[in-house]
This record gives sequence, C-alpha cells and structure tokens, in this order.
Amino acid sequence: MSIFLNENSKVIVQGMTGSEGSKHTSRMLASGTAIVGGVNPRKAGTSVDFDGTSVPVFGSVADAMKETGADVSVIFVPPPFAKAAAIEAVDAQIGLAVVITEGIPVHDSTYVWAHAQGGSTRIIGPNCPGLISPGRSNAGIIPANITKQGKIGLVSKSGTLTYQMMYELRDIGFSTAVGIGGDPVIGTTHIDCLQAFQDDPETEAIVMIGEIGGDAEERAADFIKANVTKPVVGYVAGFTAPEGKTMGHAGAIVSGSAGTAAAKQEALEAAGVRVGKTPSEAARLMREIVGA
Amino acid sequence: MDLFEYQARDLLASHGVPVLPGGVADTPDQAEAIAREIGQTVVVKAQVKVGGRGKAGGVKLADNPEDAKARAQDILGLDIKGHITHRVMVAQASDIAEEYYFSYLLDRSNRTFLAMASKEGGMEIEQLAVERPEALARIAIDASVGVDAAKAAEIVDAANFPAEVRDQVIAIAVQLWDVFSKEDATLVEVNPLAKAPDGTVLALDAKVTLDENAGFRHTEHAALEDAAAADPLEARAKEKDLNYVKLEGSVGIIGNGAGLVMSTLDVVAYAGEEFGGVKPANFLDIGGGASAEVMANGLEIILSDPAVKSVFVNVFGGITACDAVANGIVSALSILGDEATKPLVVRLDGNNVEEGRRILAEANHPLVTVVDTMDGAARRAAELAAA
Repeated sequence: MSIFLNENSKVIVQGMTGSEGSKHTSRMLASGTAIVGGVNPRKAGTSVDFDGTSVPVFGSVADAMKETGADVSVIFVPPPFAKAAAIEAVDAQIGLAVVITEGIPVHDSTYVWAHAQGGSTRIIGPNCPGLISPGRSNAGIIPANITKQGKIGLVSKSGTLTYQMMYELRDIGFSTAVGIGGDPVIGTTHIDCLQAFQDDPETEAIVMIGEIGGDAEERAADFIKANVTKPVVGYVAGFTAPEGKTMGHAGAIVSGSAGTAAAKQEALEAAGVRVGKTPSEAARLMREIVGA
Repeated sequence: MDLFEYQARDLLASHGVPVLPGGVADTPDQAEAIAREIGQTVVVKAQVKVGGRGKAGGVKLADNPEDAKARAQDILGLDIKGHITHRVMVAQASDIAEEYYFSYLLDRSNRTFLAMASKEGGMEIEQLAVERPEALARIAIDASVGVDAAKAAEIVDAANFPAEVRDQVIAIAVQLWDVFSKEDATLVEVNPLAKAPDGTVLALDAKVTLDENAGFRHTEHAALEDAAAADPLEARAKEKDLNYVKLEGSVGIIGNGAGLVMSTLDVVAYAGEEFGGVKPANFLDIGGGASAEVMANGLEIILSDPAVKSVFVNVFGGITACDAVANGIVSALSILGDEATKPLVVRLDGNNVEEGRRILAEANHPLVTVVDTMDGAARRAAELAAA
C-alpha cells in the first residue's frame, strides 16, 4: 500500500504543454507513472509525443476524466491562471489535485480551499513538489531515482529537504513521500498525511519535516499524541531565521513569538516525536527505529 | 509587504474609507507647507514600520505651521526601536470621542479569513485579546463569499458597536473588505477607528500588509516598496531574481530549495558554536535548477559581502543532478576569476554525486574544498570563517 497515489493512479497534467509541465510530464512518464492525458482547451484533440509515448490533450478536466478514468491531476499552470485550473479540477470532482505552481496569491489559494469544502477532491499544495509512491507512481517533480519502495512514510513542507531525507534513507525505501508545500494556505496538511500513514499497513514509521511559520507542526504534535501509534521522527528547519524575514517560502516567516522552530521542536518532543537537530541526525534516529 | 501608515491611509482612502486630510513630508519645510494647507491643528507622525511610535516621541501635535515644522524637525531622524524615521505624515488632528478597532486578516491556521472588531480600540490589540478576550469579536469569513452589508452587520453586531455608529461602521467594514480583497492584502487593520465629537467615524491609523505573490495583478504595488530601507546586497540580489536575505554572520550560504537553505543556516550555526559563535552571513536559495549563471550570480553577491569569510555551497542534486551543479560551480568560478577570493566549501549529494565530486576534484580549484556530508561541510566552513 501507499497513500494517496498508487500503481493504479491515472494521472492527467493541467499545463502539460507549457515548459515546466512538459519537462515534468516527460519525467513522470519515465518513472512509470500512468499519464493518461493533458488539459488545454486551445489544443483539445491533439496529442503530445514524449519519447515515443503519445499523450492526448483534452479540452477540460471533466472531458479527460470521462475519456480516460483519470483520478489525479497535476497542475503546472502559471500563477495568474492557477486558481481557475484548481477550481476546474475540484468542480470535475477529481480525487486528487496536486498544485505544483509556485507564487499563487494567498487570496486565490484561500478561495480554492473554501470552494473545495464539501467536495470530493483532495488538494496537495500549492507551491509543492508533489508526491511519490516510489516504484508505483510519481505525481509532481520529486526525482524518481533517489530511492525505492519501502516502509517509511514522509511528509514535508520543503521540497529539497524531502529529497535529502529520501536520499539519506534510500536503502530502506519509502511507501509515499508527500511534499505539502511551504505556502501559508495549503490543501493537505501534516495531519492529513499522518492519519493516512497511520492507516497504511505498509508504512512502519513516519518522518515529518517542518519549518518555521504558522502552527501546523504544533497542531500535528497534538494529533500525533492522540492518534498516531507508529514511530515518528521529526526535523524542523529555521532555528536561526530572524523574526519578520520571509525565508524563501511565503509561509516561512516568524512573526512575534509565533511560529519559531524552537516552539515546534518542543511541541513535537512533548508528543513523543524524536526530533533530529540536523537532517542527518533525523535520518540516524529513523535508522535506530526501523533497525536498519 | 508591510506598508507605511501614509501608504495604508492612501490605499484606504482610494476605496472610500473616511480618513482625515494630510500628506507626507521628507523635510520640516514640507511638513510646514502641509500644515499650512490643512489650516488647523495637525498631528505629525513618524513613518516607521514598527509599533510604539507615540511612546518613543514619534507622534506630536502642532497648533500652527511653524510648530509643525519644529515637530517634524524633532521627529525626522528619530530612532524608534532601530527604525530611523525618514518621513513624517502630517494630518489634520481630530478630537476623539470614542476609539474602536477593526481588522481583516488571513487566518492561516483555519485556512480562511477573519474579521476582528471591538468597540474598545486604541490599545494594542494583542493586549486586549489577552486581557479582555470577550471584548474582541472574531468572525470567520468564507473566502468564496466575502463580506457584503449583511456579513458586515454580523461582525459589527457581534462586537456590540454603539447604535449611533452602527451604520457608519457597517459601511466602513464593507469598504475595508474591498481594500482587503481587491488589493490582495493579508492584513488590513484600523486602530483606532475613531468617533469624532460630531459623531463621524474615521480611520485614524491603519496597518496594511500586501501579498507580494499578487504583484502580477497589481503593478502599482511595486511603487509602494521601501527601496531605501532594503539592504544594498538584498537589493542587488533582487535585481538578479535571487532569493537572498542578509544576516549577521560570516559564513556565506548558497543552497537549492528554501527548506534546505534554512536547514543549512541552522547546521552552520550549530557547527559555529565550536568556533566562538560563527554564524551564517545570509540566506540564498538558488532554486531547483541551479544553472552555472545563477550559481555565478549567487557567488558574486556573496563574495562581495565584506562580512563573508568563507562560503558554504550546499546543493542536493535532484532534478538538476550533481554533475550539472559541479559544472555550474566550476564555470561560475571561472566567470568570477580574480573576484573569487574566499574559501568555498562544497557539499554535493544526490543524483550523480560521484560524477559531480569527480568534476570538482579534477578542476582542483585552490579555493574549493569538497566535503561529503552536510554536517561535516558546515563544520569546515565555520572553521574557515573563524580562522
């Protein structure tokens, strides 16, 4: 098993014909993902060739789903059009919409989140690397050749720290690694992933990577205490970040006493999570736990 | 982006929110001229992006234009909690009968917007929230619906505003929502929202934070940026589209990905404890696809920082594999030539790492040391900075 994404996932790409979209569609295909279509109303009815694989282009998400049975959409649409693209995916009731796009205005993300309430679409992102269930499917931009299928579940706000951790533990392997994104408002949270990993029989232990800003890690700590029986190892980035300066991610900002790395670490440790001081130390803690 | 009070005031006024007449002055003479135009008692207010101006002597009344000039003279150049005052706002002074509070903000935890309102304004809202939480109404706003007159009435009634100002405050609440939503703000806070003795309700002070991600649909917002306050290195980095933040220490940092770079800062600071408290000199994220040119731009900025004693290049080869990154570093150093004068510690990990390390070994650049692990490389960079 894995979470949210598996070998049966049928993936479409919104923005497949753009430069980022086409580069990553090609990479997703190369890693074995079932890419069943792209969406672009101006190019509906055409198809795009990716190293010998022909991928049809549909006029809408709904058409693509009807024709192909797609249940996952990966969105590479640029910020000015990303809100409409995400709404289209939600309205078509696709199961999973992964919004890779960086730089979406927070009013748009918040609108999309409100619009998606009560619907049947799980949103991951925006401003995220997507998710990978190694050896099964890859929806987003996480490099597929870092590691293999295995028993660790990973959830992270940060893309490259996800890759780093997958690399450190590459011999053990991962059930699913989810990059939830570093924006202030995101669809799928640490808690959603922790719950799914807790319920996933293949996942034996969980790595949770957080960073400064907001209170998602503190909430996750409360959730772990009450609901997660599998071992969790944590890492939090941003101990040295100064107050009031945004560190790369729009959400990574310490305002007043809220959102500091120290507060997050304390909350996680109080919930029984072993927190590494560096990514390598977190990886070592995980090795102790899984005995590898 | 946080706005100055005068910018926030202008933005509010452009959406119809009632404010008092006034202007902004860089010199005492300008302040005098504005006061003369207003023609009655004015308030001269330091324009700094920090609270507590009044206590610091940054807000003064002036009865006549000459007095306004003198007060501006006092306030310009004033250091308020580390913020030097370069501008003052000169606005018509108002007698205040009652002070209220009203704000809209992004409620990150609940992934929605929030209205906060109180008929007890004036004091710091954090203080009110702690001391008398029952006096502060908090109403969630459905982001897909927004605030119309009915929603505004719900907020105003929840905060128990006095009946005689209810309609005015409802109208202002709708106008403030206009500011919040149409300008892509993440905070619009009016404190105090004041009732003048004649019963008129006015926004006397406002804080606005705008979402920089929304810049593409608000080209006019770029002019609101406080270019003078930006660190010169930060300004140069911005011109080159680099994600750079100047810090206090001496180890220059370059990495790919915001989380990894934040983590690198931490690891360097830990390692630096062993060498007399060496700290990172900056945050610089060159992004996932680190081309030679971007690497060269980044190195150039960091090497030109006189505080930098050593540089730590920390890259995880994901989409851009390590061999490409190594080639980027080598050509960046050759582009920089003699400008590159400080030791570089490079840590590469990830895809094609062996090939990447081989390329760096072969180039054998005298300034470059390759260390295999992030923790080890951080230690070496800290050691070099302390030397």
